[in-house]
Order: sequence, then C-alpha cells, then structure tokens
Amino acid sequence: MYPQEFLYTKEHEWISVDESIGTLGLTDHAQKELGDIVYVELPKVGDPVTAGEPLGTVESVKAVSEIFSPVTGKVSAINMLLNNSPEMLNADPHGEAWLVRIRLLDRSEIEKLMTADEYEAFLQEEKAH
Amino acid sequence: MLSPALGALRQTALNAAHKAAGAKMVEFSGWEMPIEYSGIVQEHVAVRTQAGLFDVSHMGEIEVRGPRALALLQQVTSNDVSRLQLWQVQYTALMHPLGSAVDDGLVYRLGEDHYLVCVNAANTDNDFAWIVQHNSAQAEVRNVSAEYAQLALQGPRAEEILAGVTDADLRGLRYYWGCPATCGGVKGLLSRTGYTGEDGFEFYFPPAESERVWNELLEAGRPLGLIPAGLGARNTLRLEAAYPLYGHELNEETTLLEANLGWIVKFDKGDFLGRQALGQQRAQGTRKKLIGFEMMGHGIARDGYPVWLDGRMAGQVTSGSYAPYLKKNLGLAYVPPRSVDVGQEIEIEIRSKKVAARVVTLPFYRRARSETK
Repeated sequence: MYPQEFLYTKEHEWISVDESIGTLGLTDHAQKELGDIVYVELPKVGDPVTAGEPLGTVESVKAVSEIFSPVTGKVSAINMLLNNSPEMLNADPHGEAWLVRIRLLDRSEIEKLMTADEYEAFLQEEKAH
Repeated sequence: MLSPALGALRQTALNAAHKAAGAKMVEFSGWEMPIEYSGIVQEHVAVRTQAGLFDVSHMGEIEVRGPRALALLQQVTSNDVSRLQLWQVQYTALMHPLGSAVDDGLVYRLGEDHYLVCVNAANTDNDFAWIVQHNSAQAEVRNVSAEYAQLALQGPRAEEILAGVTDADLRGLRYYWGCPATCGGVKGLLSRTGYTGEDGFEFYFPPAESERVWNELLEAGRPLGLIPAGLGARNTLRLEAAYPLYGHELNEETTLLEANLGWIVKFDKGDFLGRQALGQQRAQGTRKKLIGFEMMGHGIARDGYPVWLDGRMAGQVTSGSYAPYLKKNLGLAYVPPRSVDVGQEIEIEIRSKKVAARVVTLPFYRRARSETK
C-alpha cells in the first residue's frame, strides 16, 4: 500500500527524495479521511518553504486541511494537473497527484521522517485511539 | 484530520447497518451519524439524477394534541396552522419573541386535534421545553422522538422506487401532504417532503423496524440507481436548493424576514410569539439580508469567512461549499440591507486573501417540475 521508497510525516504527507529534490504528496490515508477533494491551493515556484510550516491547502467537499512541509527549501515545481483535476488526489495520491517539488536546503531533515513500515504502524496506533 | 471521539454519542437503530455499508461516521448534534458512504459527490449527484436514501432518525418529533392543540401551535409558530387540512404538512418556525426562530421544522396534521412537529436533532429538547413553557392553553405536549425512526428517500426516481414497496397512492400524494402508509412491510407516516430540492418522501416509523425498511428500500431501489446518502450530501443538496440550516442561516439573532422566510410569517392569523417584533421590522426595515453568491476567483467559501463590500468588511458567510451538481463554489451570507444586488461583485476573505465572488439569484438550483407535483 505505502511505497517503501517514500518517507512519511505524522500529518500524512509523503516525500520522495532524489539527490536534493524532494517530491511531496498526500498519503492514501489522508485522501480517504478528507473524502472527495475539490480544490488544491499550492505555493508558487520559487517560494520558500519551512519544515513544519503549512505550504498549501487541500479542500474536500466538507473540510479544509493544510499541507505541511516536512522540509526547508524552495519550491522547484508544482503539479499543474491539480488545478483542473483536484479529484486526481483521490484517485492516485502516491503517483500522478504529487503536490510540489522542493529543492532541499538541509537533507538531514528527512532523517526524522517515518519509513513506510513505521507509517503503517503509526496509522494502526492512530486508529486505536 | 482528527477523528472525532464517538463515545457517549446517541445512535440510530441503523448504526450497525451504516458501519457495515462502509459509512464514515461522525458526531452530529450529539449523535453518531453517517457523513458519507461512497463519497459526497457521488451521493449528491445520485439524489439529483436518480435517488438517495438518508437515515434522518436523529430528527426530533413533538406531538401536540387535544382541543387546545391548534391554539398552542398558533401561538408558538409563525405559519398559519389553521390552514392545514387533515394529513397536510407545513414548513414553519418555532418562534422567539424577538421575531427570530428557536427552530424550524414541519407540522403534520394527523387528526382533528392531533399534530406532529418534526424538528432539528440539536434543538429537540430545547424546543420541547419551549413549547411546554408557552402551553398556557393546556394542550397535551409530548416529546415522542424516541418512538420514531425517519428515512428520507429523495430524487427523481424516488416515486418509482417507493411504489414497489408501499401500499400508498403515491401519484395522489402531493407535495407537502402525508398519509398513513405501509412501506417495506412496516406501518408509519409517509409524506412527500424533503430537504434536498428534489422530489421525494420522508417516512416515520417505529425504530425497531429500521433495518427492515432500510434494506427493503435499498433493494427495491438498487436497480434504479438508489444509493445510501449521508449527512454530507444532505448539506450540499440543501445548500444548492438554498434551504436554511438552523445554526447557520437561522439563529436567535436573525429574524425570519432577514432569513428570506417572510413567506412563513402569517401576520393575519392572530397573535403569536414574535409577531410584534416582526411587524415593527416590516415597517422599519431589516438589519441585514441573506444573499447567495458564487465564487469567481479560486477558493471555497466556508462558514464564518468575512464578506467584503467596497473595501469594507460587511458580513459573514453562513454556509459555503463546493456544490457537486452545479460544479461551482457557492455560499450564503448576511450583508447589510440594500448593500448589494444580484449580479454585483463582492469579495470573500479566504485565509487572509480576498477572492472575487458574484451575488446570484436564489435558489442556486431549482428542479424542473414535471406534471402536477
């Protein structure tokens, strides 16, 4: 279910890091919790982002949810597909519906994130509460 | 994305059935209720194009009986209950002396001196206490909420679906009329009413029979596109139809005239709670007005977001959402009277950014009415 090559946050984002570029997305669990996603607000290319700070917003029919950046850096790309097809986030959250790419300033920040196995354990734990 | 704590909540008799059907359950007015099954968009569109089945057993029912029943209801509600014929239904407001609504709901006339008032779940206890408090006429008033489950079958194919499982003459049952009926083998009260802007029915019956009625309806309707629908779709459907929701468009600080509900205020029926305040406001003007708007810029207006007019904060959004059938971002808001007209541009403040919107005619959605209904 959760790709082994991604790292995960407690806010239910995933990041896949290649050299110094991280691709950020929402997890399948997050899209399921939100329900039908109808609007995605993303930063602009070149905007600075800070680890732990919101970088955008995802809205389902019933709820607004912030997207938190797990890393510090600069936005190097945004997924234009989501402008007109936000529902792709429900259909393919780990693939085509990635959110943004970020040029990382400090690669060590990703060491604090969860592996796929740790994330799945975290979900189990959340469910139990 | 916090999961709400669901302990200590009241449950309808269909709680297990909802969970088995994969519903996402949430807290609503002290009840654990299904917010969605297959998804709000799909459920909403099903109700507009085919049919949806809602469990609305959390709604409250208050019975008013006896020779003084009419006098009491005339005193505490804004609409004219004396106009109700046997089995007729009326939309009304339970009134506050300030001209505002304590709640809104339906009044059913079930007998010569026998009425049933269906009210919002969150307000039921308060409504009951309010009616009893004003019962100087000495009518019999009972909170009978626990004696009724309620299902709403809504959509253009509702009649066709229900026809297969009821003995009621549905062709002869007009909008806002009810009748005693057997549905899915269970006796209850059926009415051609709803909160979605579509044709449809609401059925009140003993809670112990809930699964039977629910399953019979779903089975009969499945080939015709019927799916279970949750409170999420119920809210977006009522927003497209611009029906007010208590706690949003209606509260004790808002008069019926301000809420566009002048049509349920019958000044000539005699005295009632709030009549004086409403009469005064009718003569002197209201303090605010309810408008509908659609977003032109990117973003979804949500409840509580500020409304800006000519560079000034002028009001607040009371309901806002993506509207799944119209595929627009819509909202309702209160603004000063005479401040804007249909077609004019306003701004909605969304997360500290002002986004353009346009005032539009209400309702946002009106179904094409066929034949006589």
